[in-house]
Amino acid sequence: MRKQIEGSRAVAEAVALCRPEVICAYPITPQTHIVETLSEITCSGDLKPCEFINVESEFAALSVAIGACAGGARAYTATSSQGLLFMTEAVYNASGLGIPIVMTIGNRAIGAPINIWNDQSDSMSMRDAGWIQLHAENNQEAVDLHIQAFRLAEALSCPVMVCMDGYVLTHAFEAVDIPSQTQVDQYLPAFQPRMSLDPADPMTIGALVGPEAFTEVRYLADQGVRKALEVIPRITAEFQEIVGRNAGGLLSTYRTDDAELITIALGSVNGTIQDVVDQLRVEGIRAGSISIRCYRPFPYEALRQAVARANAIVVLDRSVSPGADGPLVTDVRMALPRASAQTYAVIAGLGGRPITKGSLYSALRRASDRSLAPVTYLDLNEAVIRRESGLVIETGAERGLVL
Amino acid sequence: MTNRIDAFCQAGALTVGNRLLTPSMISTQANEYRNNSLTSGHRACRGCGEALAARWAIDTAMRAAGGQIVVANATGCLEVFSTPYPESAWRIPWIHSVFGNTPAVATGVAAAMKVKGKTGIRVIAQGGDGGTTDIGLGCLSGMFERNDDVLYICYDNEAYMNTGVQRSSATPPMARTATTPTLGSSRGSSPDIGKSVPLIAMAHQIPFVATASLAHLADLESKISRAVAIRGARYVHIHSPCPLGWGTESNQTILLARLAVQSGLFPLFEAKDGEVADRTTIGPRVPVEDYLKIQKRFRHLFRPQRNDEALAAYQAIADYNIRRFGL
Repeated sequence: MRKQIEGSRAVAEAVALCRPEVICAYPITPQTHIVETLSEITCSGDLKPCEFINVESEFAALSVAIGACAGGARAYTATSSQGLLFMTEAVYNASGLGIPIVMTIGNRAIGAPINIWNDQSDSMSMRDAGWIQLHAENNQEAVDLHIQAFRLAEALSCPVMVCMDGYVLTHAFEAVDIPSQTQVDQYLPAFQPRMSLDPADPMTIGALVGPEAFTEVRYLADQGVRKALEVIPRITAEFQEIVGRNAGGLLSTYRTDDAELITIALGSVNGTIQDVVDQLRVEGIRAGSISIRCYRPFPYEALRQAVARANAIVVLDRSVSPGADGPLVTDVRMALPRASAQTYAVIAGLGGRPITKGSLYSALRRASDRSLAPVTYLDLNEAVIRRESGLVIETGAERGLVL
Repeated sequence: MTNRIDAFCQAGALTVGNRLLTPSMISTQANEYRNNSLTSGHRACRGCGEALAARWAIDTAMRAAGGQIVVANATGCLEVFSTPYPESAWRIPWIHSVFGNTPAVATGVAAAMKVKGKTGIRVIAQGGDGGTTDIGLGCLSGMFERNDDVLYICYDNEAYMNTGVQRSSATPPMARTATTPTLGSSRGSSPDIGKSVPLIAMAHQIPFVATASLAHLADLESKISRAVAIRGARYVHIHSPCPLGWGTESNQTILLARLAVQSGLFPLFEAKDGEVADRTTIGPRVPVEDYLKIQKRFRHLFRPQRNDEALAAYQAIADYNIRRFGL
């Protein structure tokens, strides 16, 4: 049913349609509305059988989900920012044990300085945790990706995090079509765990593995995650058959067929990028853009094909890898064949700073005539930098080293 | 009712005489149908109190639950010595996640069993004192506070033994560990009493809390059996001597457990809904010195010269326990 709805509520409704059997909740902004809505849905009796557990930390939230899923129940939780960091040990553990949990990340910056607004530093910090990582461009995609995430996780026995930009998506009201229970039931069969804790068939889960087999375990996990590159297009097609909407896939392209200047990004900023692409097209610049939907495993081959004709590529990162540009630009450079297009790293939208069409337009114009710096912090406020670094200079002993 | 620990003791013997009992009273450990949940061949040290405690506790739980149990295990000696890939000593469904989250993992398993209608399956979480009293305490308190249907068993060997005997919050006063050495002016771990997780558990007013000892098998089995039958959060804390970490002989494990009880240093009691409901009186008291002097971790209290002040302080701790719990 199509309705005007807040992103968090839409995702909660979609998750409920997937019939999770255990939901673990711990509040953290900006994810909180999702678990609030799920508690409402569970208490109203609309989701049965389901255990909704209010835990004492994010570390416990994911740990309860691990236990529940190992016990044979479909398990879900959601978090953001510091919460994701606090549960890090369990994040790696869930993928190491091959436990197919689905978790929403309401993307938010990581402190210090503490900041509750949107960027993607949190999910990026879990890039190598062995989870499949999907990014929603808008709330319709967030809904559709969550439903597909359970299918994907359970098909590969690998946890999946679905990332949606905090506030920009979690708190935005827009028209979203929520599939019917019949459609979701048809798409998503009951959870059949690959292994579960059963007294009739005792199994040891989580043994100590030494040097003789650890590499092999990691190799198999890597292969498992890479299988998502084949599985995602298939389950996206099935989703389209049942729900009638093409939502998902490894990436989506916008006007890239003949594009020479291609911008690549994750998540909600793609809407803004597409508007700027249209504007550049009007001005005769052959621009296009790519929204990476599946960030882990990284769709190297699909991306290579999509950027084949480009001679300038701008990669927009909503997080920084200090000392090494942004994480997404690093992946994109890995995907490109030698001697191909010039790549530009643009770091933007940190800690909730809006990425405006105007700023993006001027950066892309500069990329188009090759005058953009190799690494650009979009809308960097020089006055703030002078003020802050000035303070350091006044008090710092190593004056020459500060800016 | 008050238990008396000397009821079944034979003169000079360190174990309970099963042969004197009626068949229904014979312990799970002496029963020919014992499950051997933690089976032989694992890699624990000789005389490991934790291995013994875990086998006794889990076999008893298996008997009490009719074979329907699932166990979540914290990182630590017990996990490491029992599951070196590709072997496992566990003949039960068993999961190890990480060090500090075992109570939460067990909560998840219990939720799965409930939602799947498998209400006959009893969920147990277990860990050492580090996994319980330190790094796992947050998750443990959460599990207690929600009154989740989990029995948590702590095997307390009073330090981080798996990593090489470092101090934990369960390390007793003045003990030498690798991080509380007896060098220079340092005289081992802090002289303060530290943390009692059984009392912290009671503060959550959960249905059942008990302490148990390797020297009192019938009592241990009774407490585990009753704990398994109760719904809600339950906690059993088993004192588990560690020959390696305590500097004792491997054939002294039961003796040490017994002396800890008989000196008053490890009170045996149980609590229902936050109130002490029963305790085991200790009969003839043993001076704490008898317990301390056979352990190398306390050697500095006796050599190069006897530290009368420290020993008196130690005796005061035992005397306080005896008064407090009416031992």
